Amino acid sequence: MKLVHKDIEKDNAGQVTLIPEEAEDMWHTYNLLQVGDSLRASTIRKVQTESSTGSVGSSRVRTTLTLCVETIDFDSQACQLRVKGTNIQENQYVKMGAYHTIELELNRKFTLAKKVWDSVVLDRIEQACDPAQKADVAAVVMQEGLANLVLVTPAMTLLRAKVEVTIPRKRKGSCTQHDKALERFYEAVMQGILRHFSFDVVKCILVASPGFVKDQFISYLFKEAVRQDCKILLENRSKFMVVHSSSGHKYSLKEVLCDPAVTARLSDTKAAGEVKAFEDFYKMLQQEPDRAFYGLAHVERASEALAVDILLISDKLFRHQDIATRSRYVRLVDNVKENGGNVRIFSSLHVSGDQLNQLSGVAAILRFPIADVSEQSSEEC
Amino acid sequence: GVSAETPSKSLAMNEDSAAPTPTRPTGKSKQQLNIRAELEKRQGGKPLLNLVVIGHVDAGKSTLMGHLLYLLGNVNKRTMHKYEQESKKAGKASFAYAWVLDETGEERDRGVTMDVGMTKFETDSKVITLMDAPGHKDFIPNMITGAAQADVAVLVVDASRGEFEAGFEAGGQTREHGLLVRSLGVTQLAVAVNKMDQVNWYQERFRDIVSKLGHFLKQAGFKDSDVFYIPTSGLSGENLTTRSKVADLTAWYTGPCLLEQIDAFKPPQRSVEKPFRLCVSDVFKDQGSGFCVTGKIEAGFIQTGDKVLAMPPNETCTVKGITLHDEALDWAAAGDHVSLTVTGMDIIKINVGCIFCDPKEAIRACTRFRARILLFNIEVPITQGFPVLLHYQTVSEPATIRKLVSVLHKSSGEVLKKKPKCLSKGQNAVVEIQTQRPVALELYKDYKELGRFMLRYVGSTIAAGVVTEVKGSTYPPFPTKHIVILYSSAFFDIAS
Repeated sequence: MKLVHKDIEKDNAGQVTLIPEEAEDMWHTYNLLQVGDSLRASTIRKVQTESSTGSVGSSRVRTTLTLCVETIDFDSQACQLRVKGTNIQENQYVKMGAYHTIELELNRKFTLAKKVWDSVVLDRIEQACDPAQKADVAAVVMQEGLANLVLVTPAMTLLRAKVEVTIPRKRKGSCTQHDKALERFYEAVMQGILRHFSFDVVKCILVASPGFVKDQFISYLFKEAVRQDCKILLENRSKFMVVHSSSGHKYSLKEVLCDPAVTARLSDTKAAGEVKAFEDFYKMLQQEPDRAFYGLAHVERASEALAVDILLISDKLFRHQDIATRSRYVRLVDNVKENGGNVRIFSSLHVSGDQLNQLSGVAAILRFPIADVSEQSSEEC
Repeated sequence: GVSAETPSKSLAMNEDSAAPTPTRPTGKSKQQLNIRAELEKRQGGKPLLNLVVIGHVDAGKSTLMGHLLYLLGNVNKRTMHKYEQESKKAGKASFAYAWVLDETGEERDRGVTMDVGMTKFETDSKVITLMDAPGHKDFIPNMITGAAQADVAVLVVDASRGEFEAGFEAGGQTREHGLLVRSLGVTQLAVAVNKMDQVNWYQERFRDIVSKLGHFLKQAGFKDSDVFYIPTSGLSGENLTTRSKVADLTAWYTGPCLLEQIDAFKPPQRSVEKPFRLCVSDVFKDQGSGFCVTGKIEAGFIQTGDKVLAMPPNETCTVKGITLHDEALDWAAAGDHVSLTVTGMDIIKINVGCIFCDPKEAIRACTRFRARILLFNIEVPITQGFPVLLHYQTVSEPATIRKLVSVLHKSSGEVLKKKPKCLSKGQNAVVEIQTQRPVALELYKDYKELGRFMLRYVGSTIAAGVVTEVKGSTYPPFPTKHIVILYSSAFFDIAS
């Protein structure tokens, strides 16, 4: 994301102009927008024209509109952001107060104005504009008959394709059906790789499976690549890396990212960092349960006691449209930071962020144990 | 391949089919067979037993059973000779017997069983469906499928110095397999203390292993009276089908050989009177119209011409043919591991894990259910939202633990704590589980065999449980398009 103009004071009104450059920037923008903000962007409006003879025609016009945001929609598969709101600035085609939906486009600037810019949002703008964090990792997590092709960017884990095929088991005296179905499966996965992974952006392609499926697949892949003279695969051969995982399901991606061989090769993927922080939390929960809290009420109490060492919080909580609740979370983050704690904001699109969401979305590792006083109070988990 | 050289058996079959066969039902109504009487008659008085062979990788399961089959005459000499030559050429001479059961090229190349190898043999009083399970940790999902269909089990351990210990320690499969089969309902176990020739049939070693294993198996829930220990050597063939004459062994061991012990297992009661249930473990296209599904009949019985309902797809089809151990039959009952040829349904709708049932008394399908679970030795505590892999019969489906309802007292079952923060090892708890796609299942109280499941996480089994309540929508209109699209996503792009 490119920052064009910034006119902000912390905890005050202000506006910022940005240009989204890639799909992930749409995700960042989704996390910046709040109901009640004003968004100014170029968009297409269908205009009804009435000619002098009375006949009505419609045409599509490109114009710049400023909306007061009411609804925000994010399609994670296509990474498209659609914002609906009412027009708050005089425009020759659109009346004041009229509804319009802007679909934000890549490489077109937009201006976002808010009444209050808090620390969380400012951090996200910095993160989005940071050119250093651009590692893209592709992963194929598979087992016999099932493969998930996944793209891991710093902020998102996107499922690009899923291949599911029934493979007949080996039977007494007849293994041909099994072998044939397996080949068809590998062929489908290979097509998936060629179609969905763009090799110039992707730094590394992990192939993970339990057992020997991964090795079989890699040898099939390169045998076919040689046979079909598929240059793109042969040139990028070094990017393929074989890793062990316990299953072919999407959540096994966590294990893959934690594998030491992988971490050595991709030194700083944000996704891996999040997984590690989450694992640390679970370890603490197992060993010293009084030093691991989750749920807003518990964590707030711990924060008041200046006990929070590491705060794990999901970005989903900041997309909460109720301003009062949102500012409660922001206050929590600010408090922890002021007291020398670390804050890790998890992306909901990553596997560990998803798991954190299930666990109420906020968790903390404490510096010292705090007795669990209110056991009877039911959490809204 | 294995040729069925059991002349006495085929004679018995012919006699039975010469006996008054039940007349083909004309209409759609099921013939009122006195199924128990027919079942007795069919086997010539020999009940069917499903046996699974389990144990740590390289304990010698495949070799042990392969050699047993050979000694019983189930493998013809020429085929055996071929295996010996080919395995020697491949540099895997000691695997010759294992090749009887490990048939895929991959398995032979790597010397590892990857999927359950299935075959049949006979003892004096039983007909045994043998399932040779993989021992490697990565293939446990396949092993669970085999064990879910078993009535009894043979646990193979390697008696060699250091090997038993490696298999029995935390990372080995001896414990996990033992726990798994017990959790899946197996109560009788024969432990083959294998490779005893490597330790010269030393009695102390045998005693040592028996006492360590005995302690563990008792904790796992096996009754001492239902566990038997047999010293064997799979490679040399000692003490497999006949009592060994080796002096080192006969000096202190007077017990039965492996085959005798298998023969002595008590066959379980079959629920033939309950509504028909079959769990699909394989789907493939055979010659002719329609397609084949294999699986074990868990309850009830089936006849050719019957209409059956597949859940969760919620589709009906007709049974055109029934095959049991390569022989065509008119009917089959609970306990039989059969191949059904069905027509009237698209093969794409069925996958491993579907359950075929009686359309009039169908099984429920749901995405959410409540269960009572027992947690094993887990490394991380279980919290709400924990992602797990649900293993139910032949199904393996990703799921989440939606709610931690309560923690129960281990023996009394009373509620110790409601809405716990997390669950740790060894606890007994009630939880709610949600699956991504509908799963057809039964309550434990209705069908003991169909009410159990296992939960796995990152390659380890973390809990065993029983289904207590089905929640959420039952009979959801299963999006059949779901499987179709995923199948054709192999060829068409749907992700974007």
